[in-house]
Amino acid sequence: MISLLTYIAIILGVIAIARLVKVYELSTSLKGNDNEESVSESDSRFNGRMMMPFLLAFFAFCIYLTYSYKDNLLPESASEHGVEIDTLFNFNLIIITIVFVAVNVLLFYFGYKYYSKKGLKATYFAHSTKLELIWTIVPAIFLAVIIIYGLAVWNKITSPADPNKAVVMELFAEQFKWTARYGGSDNTLGETNYKLTADMNPLAIDSTDKHAWDDKIVSGEFHIPVNKTVLMYFRAKDVIHSAYMPHFRAQMNCVPGMRTEFHFTPTITTAQMKEKTKNPDFDYVLLCNKICGSTHWNMQMKIIVDSPEDYAKWLAEQKTFKEKNMAQVNLVENIAIK
Amino acid sequence: MGSHAHTLDHSEEHGHHDHSHDHAHDHHEQGFWSKYIFSTDHKMISKQFLITAVFMGVVAMMLSIFFRLQLAWPGQSFSILEYFLGKKWAPNGVLDPNMYLALVTIHGTIMVFFVLTGGLSGTFSNLLIPLQIGARDMASGFLNMLSFWFFAASSLIMFYSMFVETGPASAGWTIYPPLSALEEAIPGSGLGMTLWLVSMTLFVAGSLLGSINYIVTVLNLRTKGMTMTRLPLTIWAFFVTAILGVLSFPVLFAAVLLLIFDRSFGTSFYLSDIFVSGQALEQTGGSPVLFQHLFWFLGHPEVYIVLLPALGITSEVIATMSRKPIFGYRAMIGSILAIGFLSFIVWGHHMFITGMNPFLGSVFVFTTLLIAIPSAVKAFNYVTTLWKGNLKFSPAMLFAVGLVSTFVTGGVTGIILADSALDINVHDTYFVVAHFHIVMGASAIFGMFCGVYHWFPRMFGRMMNNKLGYAHFWLTFTAVYGVFFPMHFIGLTGVPRRYYSNEAFALFENLQSINILITVFAIIGALAQGLFLFNFFYSMYRGKKASQNPWNSTTLEWTAPVEHLHGNWPGELPTVHRWPYDYSKPGKDVDFVPQDVPLSHGEDGH
Repeated sequence: MISLLTYIAIILGVIAIARLVKVYELSTSLKGNDNEESVSESDSRFNGRMMMPFLLAFFAFCIYLTYSYKDNLLPESASEHGVEIDTLFNFNLIIITIVFVAVNVLLFYFGYKYYSKKGLKATYFAHSTKLELIWTIVPAIFLAVIIIYGLAVWNKITSPADPNKAVVMELFAEQFKWTARYGGSDNTLGETNYKLTADMNPLAIDSTDKHAWDDKIVSGEFHIPVNKTVLMYFRAKDVIHSAYMPHFRAQMNCVPGMRTEFHFTPTITTAQMKEKTKNPDFDYVLLCNKICGSTHWNMQMKIIVDSPEDYAKWLAEQKTFKEKNMAQVNLVENIAIK
Repeated sequence: MGSHAHTLDHSEEHGHHDHSHDHAHDHHEQGFWSKYIFSTDHKMISKQFLITAVFMGVVAMMLSIFFRLQLAWPGQSFSILEYFLGKKWAPNGVLDPNMYLALVTIHGTIMVFFVLTGGLSGTFSNLLIPLQIGARDMASGFLNMLSFWFFAASSLIMFYSMFVETGPASAGWTIYPPLSALEEAIPGSGLGMTLWLVSMTLFVAGSLLGSINYIVTVLNLRTKGMTMTRLPLTIWAFFVTAILGVLSFPVLFAAVLLLIFDRSFGTSFYLSDIFVSGQALEQTGGSPVLFQHLFWFLGHPEVYIVLLPALGITSEVIATMSRKPIFGYRAMIGSILAIGFLSFIVWGHHMFITGMNPFLGSVFVFTTLLIAIPSAVKAFNYVTTLWKGNLKFSPAMLFAVGLVSTFVTGGVTGIILADSALDINVHDTYFVVAHFHIVMGASAIFGMFCGVYHWFPRMFGRMMNNKLGYAHFWLTFTAVYGVFFPMHFIGLTGVPRRYYSNEAFALFENLQSINILITVFAIIGALAQGLFLFNFFYSMYRGKKASQNPWNSTTLEWTAPVEHLHGNWPGELPTVHRWPYDYSKPGKDVDFVPQDVPLSHGEDGH
């Protein structure tokens, strides 16, 4: 019944608009300004005068959004390189905001200033090498600065980390959860082979590799120490995922069949960040940022940045692969002895 | 050409008197099928493209409203969702998460390929290339017809794919494997994805037939005097677009074909070391990243395949309605060529965080940011064209001005995204969604509206209603910024795109009001398109009759009779004597001199 009424309302609405348009067209042709011009002077005036109010409203909207959401944006970067990313971002933001404002102001202002009026004649101005050179060279200079600055930061972030000075760990992605693995006492991750995936061995770790025996596997949350480089490797079990840790300005895709890596140095512990954000419930988070299936939107893991002491204490409490998979490893050891 | 000569002496035979008045120039009484359906006339094919694109556009827009409802009011029941999507995909009116992904996927696919590639290029390249260069028709009318029918078939299959039981393709419009290859990973990768791939294969075939035709026509069928540097910028844009299409779409075809192999025949181009639904797949040695390289080798030129025609249309309309020559005609051509060239060597900026070599990333940063230079030249040239003009604000002109605004507003955030170091943190977030919807989505769709309003009289012999056009523009423009500008802020909060809901994260908990704001603007924008649809179809039959040259334009299409006439000009083809932008030329009585007017003594023809 309601849908029938909806249809009737829509049909009547369309008919009403059609009638209104017809009435309007008849009345304008009666007034006699029909065949004069395709765009009447009053139309150009109306739209020309709309330009500046629209622009002001748009800018007001931008300012309002900035004002009301500035506290919702990501808090200050909790990693070393993230601070540089934020500075670079702000630098670029200033430049692009100037361009955005300047070009839009000129565009809308000219729209307002030069709308067609009686007696107005357009100026024949087809070409000016000087002007065109200016707006080729000036953007080129700014872009050169942006490129050089940006690449300097990029090279620094992506320059290889020294595994001996870093916490070596792995993030393993599958639909729809994360698992973390630490290199253990030898700080080296054991080999894997996807064909070994099993209920008892979800990360497909190769138990014949001795480096794997001391690996520590955790789910739900993982801890990292403050002020120490964390070298992360990424793997995926089924489809592409992306490990996104927005508070650390860190992201890397997890691709089946490939091992990718990213490293960063956290600088603020979870406890400190709770104070800084005045939010006792604050937590760092790892989320999936590459479409991966139905529960993509809720594929997360908690990250805790600890003081070095707390981190060591927490890590010591975690069981090693050998402790968890005793039977499997013993079997391998027996085979090796024989 | 033989067929034209042949048709000339036919009019006598079919001497219906009432008719022969309307169709004074329609020498050849065509049947319904050959005139409207299997037409080889570029003007009719252009209309076919336009109508198909309008239909697909309405579908894609409705899909976007469906998922915007979920994003603004997650988990709430909407009877409209259950009405359209059924009990399976919206049980009790609550959107299913898989259907959410399907909606964003099909929305993106339809908008990018069917509306803004097929619709925009198909409509205006077809309409304007022969008419503006002074040709009787496309080089091959038959291929042109095939081009549309491939497009129509692919549209039909894409539309049909929404109704299969396991749902349409839902791996995102970029269909990255393995997600798109494994039915076990997401139900949409079953029959839905197969249909997606078949549809895109046909789409590529149609697009290639069209593009080759456009290129050949522009190169070979220009009328006397129409040198390359006297071509309107529309034609330059369509020409370069067609070249981009010919060079890049085959790569998408290859990517799609290899994906079909992986899905159906057990090859492993993209698959390696996968364990899914309790089973280790046999495939090893492939690389999912290979697909991304192939996809974006098309995907990035595709952005300009979408944008360049819109920019070309804007150039034409801004010059005409400002009553001024386009500023820096040669610089505009140069920047179209530069953008076209650069668009082929920037695809890697979509892949900074796939684990690609960081040095390679740096190269792509460099090439990508270079594109900003020709883009800036274009933007400044548009603004300068307005300066000291005599601006007549037709709806088309408003959309052209709107395009310049969105092109700049969305373009500048591209500088952030192209900077690989910054991309680490904003990659795949709503910041990207904001960026490309403003710079590519809104700009291109504005270009399309601009073209429809401007050339409607040329297509249908009638005018669209200006007042409705103004209402349509201001509402749409407001809605575009209202929807997409706030998304920058959502992105900077770290919200990933393609999230069914933000409720799982404490980090995003304050964003609900902004999402409601966006959805409200989206609904306003969608309703505003009702004004356009009404205006479009109403004016087609009831609009005011158009005069020969309603916008006082200089280009050749306005010298051809309005009536549907196979061969475009009844007599000889017009001869071109000057460039297309002699507006308000000093020393002339009128403020425009059409291209076919001979030069007066000592006048410079450009």
